[in-house]
Amino acid sequence: MGLPEYFEWLRHDYTIRTITLGTAVMGIVCGMLGSFAVLRKQSLLGDAISHASLPGIVLAFIITGLKDPLVLFTGAVISGIAGTVMISAITGKTHLKSDTALGIVLSIFFGFGMLLLTLIQKLPNANQAGLDKFLFGQAATLMVKDVLLMSAVGTLALFCLIFFWKEFKILAFDAQYAQTQGFNIKMLDVLLTTLIVLAIVLGLQTVGVVLMSAMLLAPAAAARQWTNKLGTMLVLASIFGAFAGVAGTAISASAVRISTGPVIVIVVVLIVAVSFVFAPERGLLFRYIRQWKNRMNLRTHKLLLLMYDIASSHADFTHPHSLNILKPMEGYRYKLKEMKSMGWIHYDNHTWHLTTEGYVMAKELNENVTKR
Amino acid sequence: MAATLAVKIDDLTVAYKYKPVLWDIDLEVPEGILMAIVGPNGAGKSTLIKAVLGIVKPVAGSISIYGRPYRKNRSLVAYVPQKGSVDWDFPTTGLDVVMMGTYGNLGWIRRPGNKEKKASLEALEMVDMLDYRNRQISQLSGGQQQRIFLARALVQNALVYFMDEPFQGVDATTEIAIVNILKELRKSGKTLVVVHHDLQTVPEYFDWVTFLNVKKVATGPVKDIFNERNLANTYGVNYKTSVQN
Repeated sequence: MGLPEYFEWLRHDYTIRTITLGTAVMGIVCGMLGSFAVLRKQSLLGDAISHASLPGIVLAFIITGLKDPLVLFTGAVISGIAGTVMISAITGKTHLKSDTALGIVLSIFFGFGMLLLTLIQKLPNANQAGLDKFLFGQAATLMVKDVLLMSAVGTLALFCLIFFWKEFKILAFDAQYAQTQGFNIKMLDVLLTTLIVLAIVLGLQTVGVVLMSAMLLAPAAAARQWTNKLGTMLVLASIFGAFAGVAGTAISASAVRISTGPVIVIVVVLIVAVSFVFAPERGLLFRYIRQWKNRMNLRTHKLLLLMYDIASSHADFTHPHSLNILKPMEGYRYKLKEMKSMGWIHYDNHTWHLTTEGYVMAKELNENVTKR
Repeated sequence: MAATLAVKIDDLTVAYKYKPVLWDIDLEVPEGILMAIVGPNGAGKSTLIKAVLGIVKPVAGSISIYGRPYRKNRSLVAYVPQKGSVDWDFPTTGLDVVMMGTYGNLGWIRRPGNKEKKASLEALEMVDMLDYRNRQISQLSGGQQQRIFLARALVQNALVYFMDEPFQGVDATTEIAIVNILKELRKSGKTLVVVHHDLQTVPEYFDWVTFLNVKKVATGPVKDIFNERNLANTYGVNYKTSVQN
C-alpha cells in the first residue's frame, strides 16, 4: 500500500481513522505540555516519568487481571507520579543533583517493570500477552475509547493552560518571583507536572515507554526555533506533534510491518533537524549566512575607511590615488567592484578616488565605529 | 520611637541542610531609607532577602512589613532577583517580562489588560527601555536585562523594594542610571533594601547600611557606622589587604 491508498483508507477504514486521530491528539497534547517541560529545564523528567510508569502498568494488570485501558492508565499514572515524588525526595533530602536522581529513579522503576513483565509471562494466563507492547508502543491497538480518553485529557490540559496561562508563564520564567507575587507555586508545579504525567501515560500505548520522551521534547524544541513568543511556541509544538503523529501513522500503514511509534519519533526528529538548520532567526544556516554577510560588510567598511583616511590627506577628497596602495587589503579588487556599484568610488586600471556619496558614507562610518 | 518601620525582622535564623546561614538576625528598616546590605561571600545577604520574601523557609523568626506579617502585606513589597536567576532565552519580550510585575495585584486567572500594559510601558520609560519593549529578552545586554527587572519591580507599585545585586554585571552608565532611579524612589517615600558588593560606592549611593556575616554586625546610617571597625568585624581583620604592584 502506498500513501494514496492510505488516504483512501482514511476515508473508509474505521480503524485507520481511529489510529490517525489518536496519534494526532497525542501529538497535540504532548506538544502543548512538552513546551513547558522544555522551558522549565525538565526535559529529562519526561524520560524518567515514562520509564517509571512501566511497573504501574504491569502491577495494575496483575492486581486486577484486566487489560482495560483505564485500569492500565491509572496504574501508569500512579507509578509515574510516584517516580516524580521520589525524584524530588532524592534531590530535596540528599546531596544528589537532579540528573542523578532522574537516572536512579528511571533505572529502578524501569528495571522493576521489566522484572514484573518477565514474571507475568511465566504465568499460565494467556491474557497477559500484549503488555510488552508498552515498551515500544503499538498504535494499531488504539481503540475508540483510547482516543476518547486522550481527547478528554487533552481538553482538560488545554483548559488548564488557558485558565492558568499567566500563572504557568511566570512559573516557567521565574518561579521564585511568582511566589513573591503571592502565587502558590507548589500547587502550580503539581498541576503542571500531573498534566505532563497524564500526557506521557496517554502516549505510551502508541509510542512506548522507551521513546515517549522524544514525543514530549522534540516538538517543543523544534517550535522554539521558529518563534520568540510562548503562545506561538505552544501552537507550533502542537502542530508539529500532530503532524508527526499523522505522518508516522501514514508511513507505517503504507509500508508493511513497520511499527508506528518509532516512525512517529523519526518524523518528529526530522522536524527538529529541519528546524535547527532552517529556522530564520535561530537556525544554523541563516545564522551562518548572517555572520558571513556581516564579516563581508565589515571588510568592505574597513577598506572604505582606509580609503577615507588616504583621501583625507588631501584637501580635495576626489584626488585620485594609486590602486597599489590598497594591495595589503584582502580581496580588495572584488570589494572595489562592489563599492563602485554602490556609487562610493570611481576607479580605472591604475587609480581610484572617493565620490561625494562614498565620502559621506565613510565619514558616517568613522563616527559610528567609535560610538557604542 | 518616631520613624515608621517599613520592615521589622525578629530573631531570624535560616539554615540550609545543617549549617546556619543566618543566625538570630534582628533588623529594623525605617521607612524612606536606601539601605545597602554588605558582607563577604556566603554571609547570607541574598538569603536574608529570600527569607524575608518567604522564598526560603526560616528555621525561626518573624518578618513584618508595616506592622503586619509579610504574608498579609505582600502587595507592599517588590523584588528584584539576581539577573542570573532566570533563563534569558525564554521566549518572551521585555514588555512581557515587565507585565509580570502586575500579576500579583491581578491575582489568580485574571489577565493583564490595557491598564496593566500602560503601567508597564511607563515603567519601561522610567528605566529608559521603552525602545526595547518588543525585543526578545535574550537579545538585550546584561545592563538592559537588569533595567527590565527593575521596571518589573517598579510596576508592582510597592512601598518596599528588595533588590539582589542590581549592579552585578552592568556597565558604569547603567549603574549610575539605576542609582538615580533608586534615589528617586527614596525621595518619593519608598524604602529600598539592596544587596551590594562594592564597598567603595556605599557612602555615595546609600544612606543606610547593614553589615552582615551570618550574624548582623551593625546597622545604621552610613555616616555613623560605615567605618573601619565595622568593616573589619564583618570582613575579618585583613579585609583591606591590597593588591601589591
